[in-house]
Amino acid sequence: MVGIRTRDLRKVYTSPPPLAAGVGGFTFFRAPSKSKQPKPEIVALDGISLEIPPGEIFGLLGPNGAGKSTTVGILTTRVRPASGQAWIGEHDVWKEQTTVKRLIGVVAQRPNLDFSLTAREILVFHGAYFGLSSVERTKRAYALLDRFKLLDRADQLVRGFSGGMMQRLSIARAMMHDPRVLFLDEPSAGLDPQTRLLLWEIIREYNHSGKTILLTTHNMEEADALCQRLAIIDHGRVIALGTPRELKASVPGGYLLRLRFGQHSPELLERLRALGGVREVHATDANGADLYADRGGSLVPEIASLALAGRVDLYDVHLSEPSLENLFLHHTGRSLRE
Amino acid sequence: MNRKAFLAMLGRDAHVARRNFVPILLQTFLQPLMFVFIFGRVMVGSGYMPPAYKSLLLPGIMAISMVGTGIWAVAMPLIAEFQWTREIEDRLLAPMDISWVAVEKVVAGTLQALAAGLMVIPAAWLLLRPGVELSLHAPLVFAGVAALVALFSAAGGLALGCSVDQTHVGLMFTLVVAPMIFFGCTYYPWSALENFPFLQKAVLLNPLVYASEGLRGTLVPQFPHLSLLAVWAGLVLFNALLLSVGLRQFHKKAVS
Ligand SMILES: Nc1ncnc2c1ncn2[C@@H]1O[C@H](COP(=O)(O)OP(=O)(O)O)[C@@H](O)[C@H]1O
Ligand SMILES: [Mg+2]
Repeated sequence: MVGIRTRDLRKVYTSPPPLAAGVGGFTFFRAPSKSKQPKPEIVALDGISLEIPPGEIFGLLGPNGAGKSTTVGILTTRVRPASGQAWIGEHDVWKEQTTVKRLIGVVAQRPNLDFSLTAREILVFHGAYFGLSSVERTKRAYALLDRFKLLDRADQLVRGFSGGMMQRLSIARAMMHDPRVLFLDEPSAGLDPQTRLLLWEIIREYNHSGKTILLTTHNMEEADALCQRLAIIDHGRVIALGTPRELKASVPGGYLLRLRFGQHSPELLERLRALGGVREVHATDANGADLYADRGGSLVPEIASLALAGRVDLYDVHLSEPSLENLFLHHTGRSLRE
Repeated sequence: MNRKAFLAMLGRDAHVARRNFVPILLQTFLQPLMFVFIFGRVMVGSGYMPPAYKSLLLPGIMAISMVGTGIWAVAMPLIAEFQWTREIEDRLLAPMDISWVAVEKVVAGTLQALAAGLMVIPAAWLLLRPGVELSLHAPLVFAGVAALVALFSAAGGLALGCSVDQTHVGLMFTLVVAPMIFFGCTYYPWSALENFPFLQKAVLLNPLVYASEGLRGTLVPQFPHLSLLAVWAGLVLFNALLLSVGLRQFHKKAVS
């Protein structure tokens, strides 16, 4: 069994992401810019240290642009870190790329299937790259196509596949050489609920056979349901780390009430803080406030009467139970969904 | 290097080439053969060109088909695989150094270019006959030159394919490939540029010149051509240059 470790990973991109408008052309003929203008720098990772024991399902949870894919990229030899180190088992990812590549299977965030091949051929050729014998390749391809419910389309070119089918095939391909560590970058994005459940089942099953799994998601339910431990990342840093239960328990009080007033005042916020069970109150803007408390519904009438007494209109109360979403909000003041 | 993975990738490319056999065939032969027909048959037949032009033209056409095929076979898939289908990612994750993924593309392109070059000879001969005077006086030298030409075209495909953005493919052909062909001594021998001394020196920077002159020197030595020593030196030099530029660009694309 093989674990994953990173130490203080940093990554700075000096060009905009590929496929952004206005880039490209003949990079190889482009004269180096004479002006000494510093290039625009995007700090994608700002010191990520993780320790994932063998056999764990570990999740990276964070909003778009948090640095999840970059972390996966560094761990899978596809991105060169600016500084810091990453290991798969004892092997330094950057220095021992070939050894590392034998140990890992990767499902990238964006589909990258071979459009000139059929589903079965994709699996079989992938197996051949990893040196599987022809009998073994055929056998495994069949088993995976069956497991991922793709047998009826096995001999069609993947060009015409739906997004969900491509995603299933990508995961099957990553499992084809039976890697010890499986990376899944947003595996369930765009899947219908039924396929998502099939995927969760397959991930758990693969984990039970002793494999380490790192998956990224910006879906809290998925992180909660699937991962044994999680790192919540934002702006390239780990802002919280632990089991889903620990993380949820770390939100002060656990319950979150998002309030909207006509206009609130410092006195009102002070009174809210004094209510029984309230742990923290933060103003989000001139009209809104987030209130963390260890009880939920029973606070609502008390808040309403405080507002009434202070002659402030109360427009909206949004109540949520302890959740990873609340945790993210508590750390960043932003919603994960935004 | 991992022999199994490397061969499996070649196998994949061969499989896809077999599947697309007819379009590849058309793309390789249609244009050169039309050219051969018009210039070698129509123009010569109607007396606008001397009959000897047939023999002079053939090595040039062979160089064009090889270089066109090699560049196309390597550059186009690379551009699409890096930017559109991203399918190269699966090969970059195979257990071997990623440079070998690029080398595999070059090997596959070289083989295709060789096949194209060798098939143009009989096809053109059938179209032009009679009156084509090919003499294979030094078969080994010819084989060596042909191999270097094929390699140069595939290496050029690697360098271009890893340097050009998907949206600029058309520009690549108008700005790089077309001038290379017209100023590549393909339709005329290098010595024909004697009256344009500046141009005659400038075209020496065009690798295709060494390809056409080399094939001319080994297939139709009765015509004036660059010395074989210059041809070897030029081809080896450009091969080394394009391969190293290509590999560097490939690494830049493959690892962010
Ligand atoms: N290849 C790239 N070139 C330049 N910038 C990039 C590249 N990939 C990602 N970025 C930038 O790095 C940051 C982190 O991106 P990413 O790791 O993809 O985040 P996530 O997967 O969490 O959405 C973003 O600001 C993104 O725009
Ligand atoms: Mg991502």
